[in-house]
Amino acid sequence: MRVNFTVNGRPQEADDVWEGESLLYVLRERMGLPGSKNACEQGECGSCTVRLDGVPVCSCLVAAGQVEGREVVTVEGLADFAKQRAEHGSCASGASGACGTPLDAAKRWEARPSDSQAGEGTELSPIQQAFIDAGAVQCGFCTPGLLVAADEMLERNPTPSDGDIREALSGNLCRCTGYEKIMDAVRLAAARQGEAV
Amino acid sequence: MAGKSAPLGTPTKVTQGSRTKGGIGESTLRPDGILKVTGEFAYSSDMWHEDMLWGQILRSTVAHAEIVSIDTVEALKTPGVYAVMTYDDLPTDVKNYGLEIQDTPVLAHGKVRHHGEPVAIVAADHPETARRAAAKIKVEYRELPVITDEASATAPDAILVHEGRDDHHIGHVPHPNIVHRQPIIRGDVESARERADFIVEGEYTFGMQDQAFLGPESGLAVPAEDGGVDLYIATQWLHSDLKQIAPVLGLPEDKVRMTLSGVGGAFGGREDLSMQIHACLLALRTGKPVKIVYNRFESFFGHVHRHPAKLHYEHGATKGGKLTHMKCRIVLDGGAYASASPAVVGNAASLAVGPYVLEDVDIESIALYSNNPPCGAMRGFGAVQACFAYEAQMDKLADKVGMDRVEFRQLNAMSQGTIMPTGQPVDSPAPVAELLRRVKAMPMPPEQQWLAAGEAADVRQLPGGLSNTTHGEGVVRGVGYAVGIKNVGFSEGFDDYSTAKVRMEVVGGEPVATVHTAMAEVGQGGVTVHAQIARTELGVAQVTIHPADTQVGSAGSTSASRQTYVTGGAVKNSCELVREKVLEIGRRKFGTYHPAWATAELLLEGGKVVTDGGEVLADLVDVLEGEAVEVEEEWRHRPTEPFDLRTGQGFGHVQYSFAAHRAVVEVDTELGLVKVIELACAQDVGKALNPLSVIGQIQGGTTQGLGIAVMEEIIVDPKTAKVRNPSFTDYLIPTILDTPTIPVDVLELADDHAPYGLRGIGEAPTLSSTPAVLAAIRNATGLELNRTPVRPEHLTGTA
Repeated sequence: MRVNFTVNGRPQEADDVWEGESLLYVLRERMGLPGSKNACEQGECGSCTVRLDGVPVCSCLVAAGQVEGREVVTVEGLADFAKQRAEHGSCASGASGACGTPLDAAKRWEARPSDSQAGEGTELSPIQQAFIDAGAVQCGFCTPGLLVAADEMLERNPTPSDGDIREALSGNLCRCTGYEKIMDAVRLAAARQGEAV
Repeated sequence: MAGKSAPLGTPTKVTQGSRTKGGIGESTLRPDGILKVTGEFAYSSDMWHEDMLWGQILRSTVAHAEIVSIDTVEALKTPGVYAVMTYDDLPTDVKNYGLEIQDTPVLAHGKVRHHGEPVAIVAADHPETARRAAAKIKVEYRELPVITDEASATAPDAILVHEGRDDHHIGHVPHPNIVHRQPIIRGDVESARERADFIVEGEYTFGMQDQAFLGPESGLAVPAEDGGVDLYIATQWLHSDLKQIAPVLGLPEDKVRMTLSGVGGAFGGREDLSMQIHACLLALRTGKPVKIVYNRFESFFGHVHRHPAKLHYEHGATKGGKLTHMKCRIVLDGGAYASASPAVVGNAASLAVGPYVLEDVDIESIALYSNNPPCGAMRGFGAVQACFAYEAQMDKLADKVGMDRVEFRQLNAMSQGTIMPTGQPVDSPAPVAELLRRVKAMPMPPEQQWLAAGEAADVRQLPGGLSNTTHGEGVVRGVGYAVGIKNVGFSEGFDDYSTAKVRMEVVGGEPVATVHTAMAEVGQGGVTVHAQIARTELGVAQVTIHPADTQVGSAGSTSASRQTYVTGGAVKNSCELVREKVLEIGRRKFGTYHPAWATAELLLEGGKVVTDGGEVLADLVDVLEGEAVEVEEEWRHRPTEPFDLRTGQGFGHVQYSFAAHRAVVEVDTELGLVKVIELACAQDVGKALNPLSVIGQIQGGTTQGLGIAVMEEIIVDPKTAKVRNPSFTDYLIPTILDTPTIPVDVLELADDHAPYGLRGIGEAPTLSSTPAVLAAIRNATGLELNRTPVRPEHLTGTA
């Protein structure tokens, strides 16, 4: 089957999709967007978390056909997504589908060389920067899903308590960090967000 | 001893590089951080190649059986299928692999020995096509009785899991279903026992833990024009893989070119091969690139687990609280194939005593062959199981003697100079009593935190959490302590070297160092530390970390807490050699301009050659103009020796590592639900090369210890030896709600034998975390609790 949907603000068309394929598979294997991760493929670990019309979902549990005509934001588009939100206020909650990433902006991250280890000059969202600064990244396999989930939580709740953070991220498993640095990162992003207002 | 002042630390002497930014001791940020937060970091499951096929493995549905027949006809007829391979299709006479003993079949031959053993492999143009084709392969099994424990393994009529063993352990094991046996005898337990006023015995059970790294086993094999293969893979040790892969493929090692892809965690689970050979076989057979990615279900079958264990301990103590003797027997279940079992046996035996002074000991440690899932390396490696048992014993003994549990430990704590039961002196700081003091001195978390937020109870702070099972009724707090000892590096005489290639040159008008090693970065931050070492040793700002591959010599394994020590040591050593060459060039070019070139101690700082007094002699850009300096050298830590097979004596370990924990738990005693409130840790790290990463390692290791205390266990049916919970739905690892705050107190007492005085740190926190949690639960409930993990039924008496 053919599936048409929007990924990170850019219209996409996937052809020859087998009916059993998940959104995760289509993103990773057909769109060249492997940032969403395949840690369990059974909806338990959250590493494949993306925004579907603004709502965080496990993309491994979404059949590709279900996203026809809808909007998906992945970790690859998170920086642009957060930038749009900062510039245009609340529109980035996404459900309206009114604000997307311009094509050239979407291309910008696609065009970056992948052999650069440092990636200097990369524009990051506040939550991405906070994960780096706080040491919340070790192996990094849980990171994309956590970033999408944490960004969505901070959008809803800019001043979360520790309990709020833990509850919001309880669907995202991490095996390396013991979560303490992830807590630090989310607190840091929230604090920086508060300062910026 | 309790409450006394801290021992003085040896200050780490760093002259070279002390003025360079981003060197050792700073919390520099990961060089791969940006790629990892943007989703661009290429993990082994992210690889993609034009025209690539997908590989799929067919695994046994039974644990122990003869294979009567395999029919691949229907699978081969499936449209989109390019190849189906079984044992009969293996290209050479080498059909087994293994870390130490080559007992693991690449594909089952005549027999399967555990549930989920690879039987056949398929390559197809879509992963679902490959899965469906694999399902069409008909395998007829004739089931055999299963060996699942020591009794069934050593019964007189027991079937041998491996017939005709010819490995180097068979000569000293009491039964062919025992992989390896290591006794350690020191002093005289029988007469020491007579001095004991109190004797405590315990029988302990440790469950099977899974590494549960999040990045599944995966990789891409690309056939090359020269008949070789390029393999992009997630592993802990490229060169160990290579040595096992190449002979099976019938290729010389230089035609199997391996490059490390992004590794999504490891924790020991990637020490053994998984899909490496299968992907290469299919790629060479089809002439097309082949990608294999396990799903989580398959991952539970695709790697070895932590050995489950039965441990019997006897300790004695005097009325004054001094330990008199210890006798123990540790039975590890190694499952169907040897993997790292022999080394795990050696570790469990040599660390069975814990960080205590005990001169009269009688230790026996064995690993079984059985039809349970194969077990091998996991963070803590044999020391974890022992620590769970000896720390339970310490609490029981302290109670009998009538002493405070921490003071009892401190009274018996080892220190620098203590002789281990192996006869090896502990010849660097061993601040066991001090770590206990520090962890005990940390402020306690407030009582009834669930009430702090306001009127309604915050159930997230309570046992049962969001299930809303209590608002504090029946909730009891408990506090527990534990301390452990772990070895660092590969032990028992293993040639545990690493190789580093370091190049220095001018790029874009700036001096740049390139560090090339085969070290597997699995998340631990080795790449961060290598760059820091290069900056410190070479005084440059720019360091490029070359991707890890087999074009450079072996770095050894990313395990045993060894990489910062050993590959870090290799990088330091190669940098020092590069520095000498750079200075030689400088002397040649500029020596005549300033007498200090000949007389002063010269350093590289801030991109310049300076004297130890800080006077600038030359810019590195000028020294290196038109010249690049490159060194590739192996580096070794001091050698170790094997343990004697009868007495266990020997200088077996490179270095020891210590951590202590205090656990605070709250238990809903009616429902048997546990909430760990806080897990405080104090650890001696020798020298924190990157403090942020050190704390991250300690917190991560602590959390894995929490997992095996209250949640994690692979359940194997004792009747069928089949795995019953191979999923994240049924095998639970701690979530962010299950994990408490983890305050960490880092002590830095230099080990003079180690580079920068550092101590390997990755594993020690996994040891004491588990017994601390168990002790806290015992403290809350008054129950004996001799097994881990603790489940609700163990606390409610309904087990």
